[in-house]
This record gives sequence, C-alpha cells and structure tokens, in this order.
Amino acid sequence: MNEQIEQEQMILDSVDKFLRTDVDPYVHDLEAKDEYPAEIVEKMKEMGLFGCIISEDYGGLGLSTQTYAKIIERISRSWMSVSGIINSHLIMASAVQRAGTQAQKSEYLPRFATGELRGGIGLTEPDAGTDLQAIRTVAVKDGEDYVVNGTKTWITNSMYGNTIALLVKTDPKAEPRHRGMSLLIAEKGPGFNVARKLEKLGYRGIDTCELEFKDYRVPADRLIGGVEGRGLQQILSGLELGRINVAARGVGVARAALDMAVAYAQQRKTFGKPIGEHQAIQLMLGEMATRTEAARLLTDNAARAYDAGERCDMEAGMAKYFATEAAVTNAMDSMRVHGGYGYSREFDIERLYRDAPLLTIGEGTNELQRIIIAKQIMERNPA
Amino acid sequence: MKVLVPVKRVIDYNVKVRVKADGSGVDLANVKMSMNPFDEIAVEEAIRLKEKGAAEEVVVVSIGVKQAQETLRTALAMGADRAILVVAADDVHQDIEPLAVAKILKAVIDEEQPGLVLAGKQAIDNDMNATGQMLSALLGWSQATFASKLEIEGDSASVTREVDGGLQTIKVKMPCVVTVDLRLNEPRYASLPNIMKAKKKPLDEKTAADLGVDVTPRLTVVKTTEPEGRKAGIKVESVDELIKKLKDEAGVI
Ligand SMILES: Cc1cc2nc3c(=O)[nH]c(=O)nc-3n(C[C@H](O)[C@H](O)[C@H](O)COP(=O)(O)OP(=O)(O)OC[C@H]3O[C@@H](n4cnc5c(N)ncnc54)[C@H](O)[C@@H]3O)c2cc1C
Ligand SMILES: Cc1cc2nc3c(=O)[nH]c(=O)nc-3n(C[C@H](O)[C@H](O)[C@H](O)COP(=O)(O)OP(=O)(O)OC[C@H]3O[C@@H](n4cnc5c(N)ncnc54)[C@H](O)[C@@H]3O)c2cc1C
Repeated sequence: MNEQIEQEQMILDSVDKFLRTDVDPYVHDLEAKDEYPAEIVEKMKEMGLFGCIISEDYGGLGLSTQTYAKIIERISRSWMSVSGIINSHLIMASAVQRAGTQAQKSEYLPRFATGELRGGIGLTEPDAGTDLQAIRTVAVKDGEDYVVNGTKTWITNSMYGNTIALLVKTDPKAEPRHRGMSLLIAEKGPGFNVARKLEKLGYRGIDTCELEFKDYRVPADRLIGGVEGRGLQQILSGLELGRINVAARGVGVARAALDMAVAYAQQRKTFGKPIGEHQAIQLMLGEMATRTEAARLLTDNAARAYDAGERCDMEAGMAKYFATEAAVTNAMDSMRVHGGYGYSREFDIERLYRDAPLLTIGEGTNELQRIIIAKQIMERNPA
Repeated sequence: MKVLVPVKRVIDYNVKVRVKADGSGVDLANVKMSMNPFDEIAVEEAIRLKEKGAAEEVVVVSIGVKQAQETLRTALAMGADRAILVVAADDVHQDIEPLAVAKILKAVIDEEQPGLVLAGKQAIDNDMNATGQMLSALLGWSQATFASKLEIEGDSASVTREVDGGLQTIKVKMPCVVTVDLRLNEPRYASLPNIMKAKKKPLDEKTAADLGVDVTPRLTVVKTTEPEGRKAGIKVESVDELIKKLKDEAGVI
C-alpha cells in the first residue's frame, strides 16, 4: 500500500513538473489564438499520458481511476483543453478494453497507449445529444465491411486525431431502439470527412468538429465486441468513468479559480489593506475553498468506489454534478475578487469563466445528472 | 566509467518552512520532501554522460532515513541504473553531518570504484557546502566545485566553475569529485512509464554501521529562528538620489 502511495506521489510530482515547464508558459497565447497545442501533445505522448489507464498487459500504465482523476485535476488546473486531449481518447480506449474482442485489444490498445492512434468518441449528432437513441448515422453490412452514412457533431479530437469510437445504427428499425445500435472503431479513410471545426466560447485550442460520413467503409472486424446491438450499452457502461473524468476536470478548474483568487486577494489593496482582509472577499474565499474541497472528495470517493468494483453510478453522477457546478461558481466568484482585472483578457480568470460551463453540458448534462440521482436515490431507498 | 551521485532527501523547495516551537530546528513532520535541487542537476548530468556514451552506469546513493528510498526512486525514474540506500537515522529530524556523510560515501566508493562522483554543491536544508570537498580530501581525489560546465576528456575532466566575479575553467585528473551549480543543466522530469520501470531497478539497502561509520553528531544546534520579515523598501525620486544613497548610506558603490 505504502509503495502505491509513494508511486502515485512520484507520478503526480512529474505531472506537475511537466505542467509547470511545458504547458503553463504557453496556455495564454495558444488559447487566445485558438491554436492546437501540437507540441504539448508530443510531450504528452512521451509522458505516457495516452496510456495512463490502459492495462500494463497492452503497453499502458494501468493506473487506478483514483490516480487518473488526480492527474486530470492537475492538467485541468493548468488548461482544461489539454485534459480533453486524453479524456475522450481514453473513453474510446476503455470501451475497447472493456468490450473489445481479444484481437481488437491486441491490435488497438498498444497503439492507443502510445498515442500513435488517438482520438475520441463520436456519439452526438445535430438532432441527438442527450437522447442518443435518436441518432441517424447508419452502418450497413456489405461483404466484409460496414458502409457508414450520416453526420456527427461536436466531436472532440476529430481533426488532429485519427480514430474515433463511432456510435451507429446497424438496425434502424430495432425496438427498443438501442438494440439496433453498435460501436465501431473508425480510423480515418475515404468517406470520413471533417466538415468543419466548430467555433466555441471556451475549450479553445482543442479541435471539436462536425463530421460527415459518406459511404465510409469500416472492416466488419472493427465492430467493438464483434456483436451488433450492444453499442449504447458499451458507451453507457463507460459513463461512470466518463463522469469521474469530467468531475476531476471540474475540480481542476475550481481549484485554478480558487488559487488565483487567494493569490490576488493578498496582493491587491483597497482602503489601505489587502482585499483579503475585507469580509466580503473572505466570504467568497471561504465558500470557494470549501466547494473545491467538497468537489475533490466527492470525485475521489467515486473513483475509489469505481476502482473497488463497487456500484458508483449515483456517486459518479453526484461528483460530476457538484464538481462542475463548483467550477462555474468559482470562476464567477474569482472574477469578482479580481475586480476589473478579472474581466480583462490579460488575466486567466476570464478563460476559466468561458471554459467551465462546458463541464455542465458534456458527459450527461447537469439537469440529467440530478434527475438520475433522484431516481437512483429512490430506487436504493424504496418506500 | 561508472558515475556515482549522492542524493539527499530535503524539504521541498516550495514548502514554507516553519521553525519548531522549541527552536531545535525546522518542522519536518508531514511536510513534502523532495530531492535536493542541486542533486537533481547532478543526476541529470550523470544521465547525460551516459546518453553521450561517456559513462556506462549511474549509481545513486542516499544517506539518512529509510524514506530516502523515495528520493532514490525519483533518480531511478529519471534514468539512474541502480541505487544504494544507507540508513543512518530513524528520526526524520536527524541530519547526518557532512563529515559522516563523506565517510559513508568513501566506504561506498571503495566498494563501487566509480570514475567520477557528481554531487550537488550544497543541500538546500542546511546549506553546508562541505560534503563534496570533504569527500575528495578523504579519497585523495582531485575536486572541482560549483560546476556550470563539465567535459570529460580521456583521463581528465574540464570543468567550468562559477566563482566570484566570473567563470573559471580548470582541468582535473580523474577520478575526481565534481560538485554542481545551478546553471549546469535543466533536470528532466521522469515520464510515467519510466516511473513504473524504476520499480524494477535494483535498490540495495545498507546501514551506516555496516560500513563502520559513526554518525554521532559533532555539532550542537544552539538555536533556530525565523529570518526577520522583509521590511518595506523606500522610493527614490531620481537616479541621482539612488546613486547618492547607495554611496553614502548603503556604502556599496
Ligand atoms: C465543446 C463540446 C465538446 C463536445 N465533445 C463531444 C465529443 O467528443 N463527442 C460527442 O459525442 N459529443 C460531444 N459533445 C456533445 C455533448 O455530449 C452534447 O452537447 C450533450 O450530450 C448535450 O446534447 P445536446 O447538445 O444535443 O443538447 P440536448 O440534448 O438538446 O439538450 C438541451 C437541453 O435539454 C435538456 N434535456 C434534454 N433531455 C432532457 C430530459 N429528458 N429531461 C430534462 N432535461 C433534458 C438538457 O439538459 C439541456 O439543458 C460536445 C459538446 C461540446 C459543447
Ligand atoms: C469593461 C470595463 C469598463 C470600465 N470602464 C470604466 C470607465 O469608463 N471609467 C472608469 O473610471 N473605470 C472604468 N472601469 C473600472 C471599474 O469601475 C473598476 O474595475 C471597478 O470600480 C472595480 O475596481 P477595481 O477593478 O480596481 O477592483 P478592486 O477595487 O480592486 O476590487 C477587487 C475586489 O475587492 C472588493 N473590495 C474592494 N474594496 C472592498 C471593501 N472595502 N470591502 C469589501 N470588498 C471590497 C471588490 O468588491 C472586488 O471584489 C471599467 C472596468 C471594466 C472591466
């Protein structure tokens, strides 16, 4: 046990050094220009981050979800967009790790782990986000291939990445609808077109795009698990990990906002004393710090349960909901603490203020989270 | 050639140190500890020598409490090949004095026979700046302190030293002890795969008694106090006034 704690500490120390040296100095410029952090991505490959939760048997690091969440928290504290480069990539990888055939695991996981193949998940469509069963992208079997036609949107890592886990309908007429849904490992090729990169409020630098599939052929052995009709389940069973992941990003953004406010409150003076000595600022700092700590503990607890193989659907949902709201509120409060400078592009607060709201939308909106938590709490406590 | 690098576990340089209430030292319980930054530079230089083909093996040695294992693992993750831990204390507050450290290192070096010892110029906890020098005296080897550049040329080393008022380049015969300064290099951080691999690298453990070295302190700490808080500066109106003050009041020009 001690050895594991020691190793986690070494990993986190190294991640911190990586962030201080090779990320922090470049964030402000890259984000302002909405420029892809290509050099940072190369360094992330060297660091081994693309394989952090892929099993050691397949060339990954096999880190626990608890350690992974702490890494994501740190990265997001520096720049949320950088965490996005590995987040959806690892959701794709974990779908293959959990549900893939032996051949798919051997073929893909080692290449996902090095970052040679990297990308994310293609679920959302123009007319289907929360209601994924309404997707219309269709894959039709033709000989040894599936032929895919349809449109996906909001797909992160799809311009500079080369592979996505693509959710399709293999049987559009199936009832219930999810029985006709399948997940394909889709590498770029003829008919897989990036239609356009989307302009975003925040989460800049990273590529989020609209994709068009026109008679795009995928060899049939890329069907994850080898059996049709399991796609939605394969994605949903990765949701807990996804939510812990987004929760950790929330903790990171909340902490960045807090850290900046704490530093500024001790430097900035009004009426002859540091603003941190005014009660109005203290009330905000007190709430921000408590929120951050609560978010971190909820996230760590969900990750611990996930690692232990305990049921954690509700716990992961609570962490996701609370930590991402903490990020939004802390970003706003930190801006208030910064006065006029918080509103300036020269400071980093306004970036956090633009980045944080995405977290309340992605990986299950926070409205949905609360509805699911309510259902789960009633289910676990029948009258 | 084998390169030996002593590394010390010290309070992390980011930690704001607190003096213990009884004044016997600074509080080290539950604070973050890391590798002495100068030692990190020494480890980096040793690894670079290996990468250049100028060294075959990098051995790191730490002397102190058992927890110094963590420091050694960090060095192994950076790229050192093998580690030796000499347990010489069981209380984290017990600092092993430079002479005892130098004697222990000499004993290790007698066994290991490295061609070069690369050490930090000083540890940031007690700032003694003595171990490397004492070690070279005990070994009877040449020494070059405060290195900002190191070049191995056959059986000698060319070392640029940071001295008052500039740089001095000297040539020393190998084997030798070189202590490194801040500008020698920028130490790498370990990649996560290398951290995992470091688990499998050999880490031997010995005790000071095994090596026949008495580590009983010879120095007595009389008192430890916080440095005085920084006082507010003054503003001057003009360059002339600044020069006048520097001349007449501060007496520095
Ligand atoms: C920057 C960014 C990156 C993204 N990256 C990816 C990606 O990599 N891959 C991918 O597949 N998708 C991605 N998405 C899409 C994201 O997952 C969806 O936006 C999200 O699932 C919500 O879907 P939607 O936008 O269609 O909203 P809708 O589903 O239309 O929801 C609109 C509103 O209605 C509410 N709502 C919907 N249904 C219910 C209900 N039953 N009960 C109560 N309220 C409800 C929602 O909470 C929300 O407030 C990304 C989105 C963004 C903004
Ligand atoms: C877009 C923009 C346009 C602007 N246009 C103009 C303009 O046209 N003309 C002009 O003169 N100014 C302008 N301003 C400046 C604006 O009026 C100041 O930003 C505002 O007065 C706050 O001052 P500050 O930024 O120095 O914050 P600070 O005064 O440093 O306040 C920082 C934080 O400390 C809190 N605080 C300060 N003192 C106390 C106290 N005693 N007790 C409790 N809390 C306290 C504040 O509420 C705030 O949360 C503009 C600002 C912006 C962002």
